[in-house]
Amino acid sequence: MELKANHKNCSGCSTCRLACAIENFAEVNVSKSLLRIEARFPAPGDYRIHLCDQCGVCADNCPEDAIQLQQGAYIVDPETCTGCMICVEVCPYDVMFAHKNSDIPVKCNLCGECARVCPRNAIGWDTDPESEVA
Amino acid sequence: MFGYAGSILQVDLSHETVSREPLPDVLVKDFIGGRGFVAKMLYDEIPRGIGPYDPQNMLIVATGPLTGHFLPASGKTHFGTKSPATGGYADSNMGGHFGPHLKYAGYDVLVITGKAQRPSYLFIDDDNVEIRPAVEYWGQGAIRAEKNFKDHLGEDYQVVTIGPAGENRVRYACISHDFGRQAGRTGVGAVMGSKNLKAIAVRGSQSIPVADLKAAYAKGKEAYQKVMAKPGFDGWTPEGTAGITNWTNEVGVFPTRNFQTSHAAHYKNINGKAVLERLKITDKGCFGCPTPCGKYGHVRTSSGSAYVEGPEYETIALFGGNCVLKTIEEVAYANYVCDELGIDTISAGVVLGWAIECYQKGILSRDEIGREIDFSDLDSIVYLLDKIAGREGIGDLLAEGVKIAAEKTGNGSERFAIQVKGLEWSGYECRNAPSMMLAYLTADVGAHHNRAWVLGHDIAGAWTNVHDLIASETEIEPQPKAVVSERSAEYVIASQHKRSLFDALGNCRLQMMELGFEEEHYAELYSLITGVTKTWADLLTVSERIWHLTRAFSIREIDGFGRHFDLPPARLTEEPIADGPNQGHVIPAADIHDLLSWYYTARGWNENGIPTKETLLNNGLPEVVADFEARGLL
Repeated sequence: MELKANHKNCSGCSTCRLACAIENFAEVNVSKSLLRIEARFPAPGDYRIHLCDQCGVCADNCPEDAIQLQQGAYIVDPETCTGCMICVEVCPYDVMFAHKNSDIPVKCNLCGECARVCPRNAIGWDTDPESEVA
Repeated sequence: MFGYAGSILQVDLSHETVSREPLPDVLVKDFIGGRGFVAKMLYDEIPRGIGPYDPQNMLIVATGPLTGHFLPASGKTHFGTKSPATGGYADSNMGGHFGPHLKYAGYDVLVITGKAQRPSYLFIDDDNVEIRPAVEYWGQGAIRAEKNFKDHLGEDYQVVTIGPAGENRVRYACISHDFGRQAGRTGVGAVMGSKNLKAIAVRGSQSIPVADLKAAYAKGKEAYQKVMAKPGFDGWTPEGTAGITNWTNEVGVFPTRNFQTSHAAHYKNINGKAVLERLKITDKGCFGCPTPCGKYGHVRTSSGSAYVEGPEYETIALFGGNCVLKTIEEVAYANYVCDELGIDTISAGVVLGWAIECYQKGILSRDEIGREIDFSDLDSIVYLLDKIAGREGIGDLLAEGVKIAAEKTGNGSERFAIQVKGLEWSGYECRNAPSMMLAYLTADVGAHHNRAWVLGHDIAGAWTNVHDLIASETEIEPQPKAVVSERSAEYVIASQHKRSLFDALGNCRLQMMELGFEEEHYAELYSLITGVTKTWADLLTVSERIWHLTRAFSIREIDGFGRHFDLPPARLTEEPIADGPNQGHVIPAADIHDLLSWYYTARGWNENGIPTKETLLNNGLPEVVADFEARGLL
């Protein structure tokens, strides 16, 4: 399963981003979020949700093979990762993050908390017929 | 200190210094945050008698303990200053994302004093704080400038800006953010402009500490579910505040033609449904909001086309009603022009209504204005807004606000300058709504509905959440004359306290006010986040303290301040409503004075509206007693 965005439902509230930071880092701090909301204003006047769709480009480009598929999600192994951040550069959706004060990159682990908290059903699972491609 | 970032950022633009101070425990304990911080810091730190554009005036940007946390709509930011509109206490708040990010950068409060030598902007990236040149942005519209700053700095910066109106010290210039959110009222944008400050950009990457994160997060999630289970979640949210337009017309409280009339025959052409069907591209929510009232869209008119957020109800009332623009497209375009120029749509709608009436009565001439102007004429509106923002020609008079403009113009125009204390009246006719009338008269910042909204008491007889109040279609029929009673004081004070508490907490009130989400949830979240256990009733004691203190500030700053400053213009006490469901109704001056007396008594103020020594001491304000006694004010 993968997370899918229904962009037209998004109102840019960032509830998903804060929940992501709390769930994964136990921090009230949206800069720790593992997804992005792009606010496209003034034109065209809408939001785009940028989620990891577990495409694996990060793993394919990791020189240390430090990113492995585990139960549907690509996970960074902190022991193997050298922090070269090549994966951050190559991610096609800019959702591989180099957080401030973190030596290694971080990414979505498919925990699904963003989808659970979104008050507008703007993030769902790929089984949801309303969802679009991320 | 849990719930707070823990610091105040002090910026002196004159001396180009930046310093960080710990947030004092006593400030947190006695004033909570947001509006409370503004009230206390303005009273304590502004030298008495300075002008609003004196470099010593402060521009305070304050968040609250709930700002940026996981609960519905925790995105509020408060801007406080000594007001260019009234000369007294001022604060104005905005939604969006700025406040949360200020806290993530490590600051609960930002205090700006002094005046930059050249146009500048304040750059904040966690501990890296810089006063940077902004010469190339000066003169740009507020929305254009925000876009340019974000393009330059990056999408993850949150930016507030002023437009040309703020640069030129229009007394009702606003501070803008998120391409359509404003701290609109009381002229905070003019003070920012007087400091040569075009913008503030912030990015934060720090965590806000929480006393019990696990429990607070669970409670926050529960709060979202409860808000989403309210009937108003699906019933109110789609149209947002614009959804009240039908109701205000059907019950006859919609100001039209500069408050000469109170019903718009064209109201279904400018209502929430029209916004949805003819303008909207997307819902636009503030930080953490499950019920986005922002409707972002695109409009085309003969005057031009634009992307614009809104119009929300107040803009519909003041431009669609007071200036009688007859289509939602025309209202939206006027909204866009105001947003780009950085002008408050409420004050602008009142000022323009007054100017058009002056022209029709021959008080202002075509030569003075520079062209013909009329109600229902978008070209007139756009022409005047441009003149105001640039303070050109007639715009220099109108930029002063309707009170000063009427005093300068004379010829009876003061009678229909619709304001209190110098702040223009927002979008509710009150000549058959004594409680709401009292709310406008006693609002500390002047005639603004956000300090207390008690129309439900006047129309329905009791507090009712807005969704339930407006949910059913109402027949347009004559309304009975409202009874003027002491109960109005009780309703108004309760609403004033409720709203100032939301503003102190740094959270939006609309989930409570519009949908009926219960207040006690906020006290529970406050307790889990801060680790200080309080009930809603406990927290309300701070609201009462705030109301005495903001009153005290205006008494100290404005010579002769008292009951006289709480009176409406003559039109609202002497001219019965000319049309609509409330035709023939008016609240005479004698009844107005009774309402004020009941209110003062309930507040513990004397007959001139001055808090008594006992009241100040009972509310933990001995420093005000000492100050008042030293100045001979008690």
